Amino acid sequence: MNKLIANEMMKLVARKRLIVIGAIVGILVILFTFAQYKEVQTQRERLGTDDWRDSLQQQIIDMQNRLGSNRISDEWREQIQVSVQQLQFYLDQDINPNEPGAVSFVRMFIENSTDLFIPLLIMIVASDLVSSEHTLGSVKLLLTRPVKRWRILLSKYITLLLATSFIVAMTGLISYVLSGIVFGYHGWKAPIITGFVVEGSNVDTSRIKLISQWKFLLMDFGLVWFVAVVVGTLTFMLSVLIRSTAQSMGVMLASLISGAILNNMVSSWESAKYLFMVNLKLTNYLNGISPPIQGMTLLSSMLVLLVWWAVALILSFIVFTRQDVY
Amino acid sequence: MSATTLSVRNLTKTIKRHKIIKGISFDLKEGEVFGFLGPNGAGKTTTIRMLVGLIRPTSGTIEICGYDVKKNFTKAMEKLGCIVENPELYPYLSGRENLLHFARMLPSIDAKRIAEVVEMVKLTERIDDKVKTYSLGMRQRLGIAQALLNRPKVLVLDEPTNGLDPAGIREMRVFIRELAENEGLSVLVSSHLLSEIQLLCDRVAIITKGNIITVDTVESLLSSQEQAIWQLEPSVKGKEILESLTEVTTLDDGCIVTVYDSFQIPKWNAALVHAGVQVLQLNRKTPVLEDLFLQLTDTGGAHIE
Ligand SMILES: Nc1ncnc2c1ncn2[C@@H]1O[C@H](COP(=O)(O)OP(=O)(O)O)[C@@H](O)[C@H]1O
Ligand SMILES: [Mg+2]
Repeated sequence: MNKLIANEMMKLVARKRLIVIGAIVGILVILFTFAQYKEVQTQRERLGTDDWRDSLQQQIIDMQNRLGSNRISDEWREQIQVSVQQLQFYLDQDINPNEPGAVSFVRMFIENSTDLFIPLLIMIVASDLVSSEHTLGSVKLLLTRPVKRWRILLSKYITLLLATSFIVAMTGLISYVLSGIVFGYHGWKAPIITGFVVEGSNVDTSRIKLISQWKFLLMDFGLVWFVAVVVGTLTFMLSVLIRSTAQSMGVMLASLISGAILNNMVSSWESAKYLFMVNLKLTNYLNGISPPIQGMTLLSSMLVLLVWWAVALILSFIVFTRQDVY
Repeated sequence: MSATTLSVRNLTKTIKRHKIIKGISFDLKEGEVFGFLGPNGAGKTTTIRMLVGLIRPTSGTIEICGYDVKKNFTKAMEKLGCIVENPELYPYLSGRENLLHFARMLPSIDAKRIAEVVEMVKLTERIDDKVKTYSLGMRQRLGIAQALLNRPKVLVLDEPTNGLDPAGIREMRVFIRELAENEGLSVLVSSHLLSEIQLLCDRVAIITKGNIITVDTVESLLSSQEQAIWQLEPSVKGKEILESLTEVTTLDDGCIVTVYDSFQIPKWNAALVHAGVQVLQLNRKTPVLEDLFLQLTDTGGAHIE
């Protein structure tokens, strides 16, 4: 099996797919870094350079005043308390919360790429692992060697998993390194609010807490990786079924985009929550952004994705081992 | 003859309710080159795809060195090397990387064996270049090198000379004969060109519309079919003389056709000359495939639907 995986890796590397993906990520990161930098600059112009400490101090005082009044609910009170803690931390550490370091940038970047950008990168690899063999005709040699078909497909799937992990890690690394040049390589310990519980259509904030950004980032990456694997597996299945790189790319792309559109309009169509494409923004649950459809939770979304993943994988193996190759 | 290396029994294939292969059987023996001759669309490639496990037969069995392709796929494939249609290797890898790729799919093939097959197909100088820079002939040779990696007992080549220039075709022919004679391989070669099969093969199966019409040695198949075409002066007298010696037919342009029999022809020629008939031209005509089909099917030896 290792030898088969080595083969797939050799082909992947020879086609320079990963380099292309790295370049795409690099360009996008530069773009976003620039945009972020511009924003920071305009803010600075508006506030003046040293003003941020004063305004932070002022914000904290405002909040504490509000805590002092007894007209606010307990839940609200707790949320304000956590916010105060967060702001106090920034003040103590002398970090401007509006001037994020590379770590915050990575978090922002990865969270925004989980439902479209990262899946797109994974699709570049997944869509032609199998179908390129058909287009080239090399499948005729691959399948007439003394190796069972399921082993060949498994080696390709494992390669996909490795490539997925690599791409997610690479995206993180590239965005850290490039944005750090501008923003500085700090922010690992910055406090982030999490612990939101989504119930019905409202977000329960009674259990929110602060955690260090690096922990938060780790969770983000875990979820992004999971989404990437599911999308990769679905694309992989399509490329087994359709045997055409362009067409499986097309179908996948259409579903992803329809997912992005649906996210904004399905709140009343409840069974849409079983579609994989409305469940891709897992990181939103960590940030307390309410889901597109009532009743969706982190767990339910992950379960839905898991089912899609399993079905796609099983279908791929059944079809690949039985199909006639012309 | 020697041991059977490939045995096909009652093979059929139905694709979308069309019966494409209609129950064919044949055997390959050790050390022989077996021709698979038929016009385009006869079902040669479809049969070969079943032999190498790319498509499942609707019914029938295929055994390679005693291993059933369906039940014992890996064992059977260890004894087989093949090129189906074109040798489609990875263009973005070098020749050596391609061989390494397929060597990794075989039990215990080392770098020495790779060098060996590269030597055999005379690709040593270009082996580290990318395959996309290869000529068709070189790709064909690399394909064969790949097929030979596992020291197969049976080599299956689907139209191996398709697209090659005359020199390439000749080279390929010599190479295939060497493999059969020196290494004892059974080689199955398909083609739609009779001339090619004729020069290369020991035995030939003629396939058309999914049926094998006949399986025979090349000599006996052709000897009965080869024609001599005479242009004589005066032609009427010449025809009378030949008629007295053998069966003749007359063509539209006045040429006279007899069978080509290398033993008899000089005698007939002498008789003509003796009677004062000039032999302006004597051509030996190898039948084209279509003629062969017509004759084979005319004799009622098999049926065509
Ligand atoms: N995938 C397919 N679907 C339907 N018909 C096919 C398919 N592949 C081949 N055929 C038909 O089977 C017949 C035999 O084709 P093939 O084996 O390629 O012929 P050959 O190699 O002798 O030229 C042809 O009539 C072709 O149209
Ligand atoms: Mg063919």
